[in-house]
Amino acid sequence: MSSVDPPAGRQGFIARAWRFAVELWGVLIRPSSVFGLGVLVLAGFVAGVIFWGGFNTALELTNTEKFCTGCHEMRDNVFAELKSTIHFSNRSGVRASCPDCHVPHNWTDKIARKMQASKEVWGHLFGSIDTRDKFIDHRLELALHEWARFKANDSLECRNCHSAQSMDVTKQSPRASIAHERFLFSGEKTCIDCHKGIAHKLPDMHGIPGWQ
Amino acid sequence: MMMKFRSLLLLLILAAGSGTLAAQGLNSGLRGPAPLNEEGPAPPMTGPRNSSEKEVRNYPEQPPVIPHSIDGYQVDIQGNKCLSCHARARTGESRAPMVSITHFMDRDGQFLASVSPRRFFCTECHVPQNVVTPPVTNDFVDIDTMLNRAAPGGRR
Repeated sequence: MSSVDPPAGRQGFIARAWRFAVELWGVLIRPSSVFGLGVLVLAGFVAGVIFWGGFNTALELTNTEKFCTGCHEMRDNVFAELKSTIHFSNRSGVRASCPDCHVPHNWTDKIARKMQASKEVWGHLFGSIDTRDKFIDHRLELALHEWARFKANDSLECRNCHSAQSMDVTKQSPRASIAHERFLFSGEKTCIDCHKGIAHKLPDMHGIPGWQ
Repeated sequence: MMMKFRSLLLLLILAAGSGTLAAQGLNSGLRGPAPLNEEGPAPPMTGPRNSSEKEVRNYPEQPPVIPHSIDGYQVDIQGNKCLSCHARARTGESRAPMVSITHFMDRDGQFLASVSPRRFFCTECHVPQNVVTPPVTNDFVDIDTMLNRAAPGGRR
């Protein structure tokens, strides 16, 4: 603790920070002489609950459609396009919101995606898609990211709702049931291979496999 | 005196005519029971015919109708969802009928490598069908039926 002690005069920032860190470490490893062990444990527990709960609440707050459409880039482009599709308006009134498809539900994957999304904050601040024209220019690149993500996780976000086990092909149209039996159940293809552009408009599809 | 009598008669006739008009309510088969000056309730929308079974054409030049739902199919400068199944290269996987070779021709009759731009917008000719009962009956018969109907010994 006292190896680096009273120096006279000004010190560099790094030296001062190092001294502070050493002193802090000294305080942390010394047993408490004021609070009982029970108080410390309990306080730690309560603080933990508050911090963790607060963290998750904040995380969930960024996982709402209201948050997503808070930026005009999302509200005026992709959200406006979603509204006419079956994932927004349909006979039963069940609908998908932005994070249902675009944020993994699994915690670690979700955190990874949220860290990636910090680039989107950058994009918003510097206006990389702040007009409709700029958005359309970037649409292919943005779509390719999402298609690659769906392809890599075997369309996990689709399957969170549309499970192959629960899919009754006899209730589907003949065309759909044949295609699902041949390609989905056999594992030959995953949802995104055929179902592109179901929730938003398509980018230029020239050269995309399965498109002309 | 004569003038006055005439105008009275005219008034009477008009009154009688309008009375019968109002009483009738004009129950036309197409309009339903809604009076002429009111708009009746819209008939319920019907679902698409989604059998995926090929429908026979009524005459050889008829563009085949689409026997499946095409809700949300995007056909524009960005892409053509129909061609994801009906393009030549896609029919192996999709087992859908290939777009006719005539669709590869430009207006000078030259064959292009893929669907000609003037044939790109499928729904200009090909349309899906809904399950409806037509309000007006149709006595159209196709050419085969008509020829078979011809009296024996008649001109064929």
